Amino acid sequence: MTANTHEKILEVRGLTKTYGGVKKRGAKKADPTLDVLKGIDLDIYRGDVVCLIGPSGCGKSTFLRCLNRLEIPTSGSIKFEGVEVDEAHIDAVRQKMGMVFQHFNLFPHLTVKKNLELAPNLLKLKDKAAISARADELLARVGLADKADVYPKSLSGGQQQRIAIARALAMDPDVILFDEPTSALDPEMVGEVLELMKELAHTGITMLVVTHEMGFAREVSNRVIFIDDGKIQEDEPPQELFTNPKHPRLQAFLSKML
Amino acid sequence: MAAQYELLKELLNSGTKLSFGQDFFFKFYQAFILKDRWLQYISGVGTTLLVTALALALGVVLGSMVAMVRVTHDQQRPGHKNPVLGFFNAVCQVYTTIIRGTPMMVQLLIMSMVIFANSRNFTMVGALTLGINSGAYVSEIIRGGLMAVDPGQMEAGRSLGLNYMTTMVVIIIPQAIRAVLPALGNEFIVLLKDTSLITTIGGKELLYAAQGIMNRTYEAMFPLLGVAGIYLILVMLFTWLLSKFERRLAQSDR
Repeated sequence: MTANTHEKILEVRGLTKTYGGVKKRGAKKADPTLDVLKGIDLDIYRGDVVCLIGPSGCGKSTFLRCLNRLEIPTSGSIKFEGVEVDEAHIDAVRQKMGMVFQHFNLFPHLTVKKNLELAPNLLKLKDKAAISARADELLARVGLADKADVYPKSLSGGQQQRIAIARALAMDPDVILFDEPTSALDPEMVGEVLELMKELAHTGITMLVVTHEMGFAREVSNRVIFIDDGKIQEDEPPQELFTNPKHPRLQAFLSKML
Repeated sequence: MAAQYELLKELLNSGTKLSFGQDFFFKFYQAFILKDRWLQYISGVGTTLLVTALALALGVVLGSMVAMVRVTHDQQRPGHKNPVLGFFNAVCQVYTTIIRGTPMMVQLLIMSMVIFANSRNFTMVGALTLGINSGAYVSEIIRGGLMAVDPGQMEAGRSLGLNYMTTMVVIIIPQAIRAVLPALGNEFIVLLKDTSLITTIGGKELLYAAQGIMNRTYEAMFPLLGVAGIYLILVMLFTWLLSKFERRLAQSDR
């Protein structure tokens, strides 16, 4: 699969993120600083399915979370559909930029269907009947139509993650960010979530996936990005990156993973 | 019964020593039945419940506001503190420090004899003081509940494009309330019993009624034991109601 259009949907320029360095009240000196991201430039085009891979602590999750400002970048700019992702535009940007978390983060006090309907209703994206119909449709699509009225606690991890994906889709986003969506799952449930994500990729929605599932990256994505030491080290189609890794660190990483 | 009482009274006046049973009946009758004194206890219970309800409402409103201010203040990013919020946070901290750092009895006396020295409505002054006092404790309970909610819930709400306030109100607070309900129930019961303190400033609640009867009959045991029994029954009743309510709320979790 190649990107079918060349409309730029995300533009990242000179993104850095430094943790620490804040002098807390009462502390003698500022915390030690840690540069997690050291200048990232990246363009994402509509329809891209991008996998971000790299060793633990390389900053790939931080990078993903910077994109929708769950982490505040230290410097640099992010443009989403031509709009600067800053404090003033953040709520509008997030409505079009879904996120799926490692630990699902479903709302435990609401039923599955209410989980899907909550944000569209509060933001009045559509009328109530349309939102309800869309929620039913999405639940059927993730194969959990029969679970509409149960609470998330009674579902397995794989089912919860599929609901979380449906919740992101209920907003009709242009991009979905996946932050290690299968890392918290029991091995036998990884498949069902990956399968759903694969189906999703075929619909042409733009996806950014932080993952350790090399098989998924190789099979589904059209770009694989290797991040290490806070920088993008390689950005290639999967065939190229997996069969012919250039960077020595990537070679070492892949030899450990595969 | 009235005739029996009159008979015993005459015996007592003539210097006869009453048997244990006669003595018991005489004092019991005097404490509860003579001159329809039980009505005084009933109206005392009414006032006690009213003061508790008012104080609880005030305490929960004050406590929620203080908790919200403090949590919102603490959750700001370092280096991006809002000065207005910082001011309110300081006010809230002074409030909880003073209220939790001084005895309730002293607070009651200050409110009735210094701040509202001209007011004769001691019951309402008492309810106000109890509410302000309770608010400081409730704020800490609610703050704990808000902070105990998984931070991922706030992230999930925000990542759907909801703003901070909306996420707080529809996602964080409902979960926090469920978590703190047992502690709030406990606070409610403490409050119910603490209403007896307003007797000292002249609030006309249950213990006040008992004291009035004690002063008239020179007999302390029955009024005091009666009052203790009434408090116990009230507390047991509310404990039972609260546990039922909790079980109702917990149903959605499974």
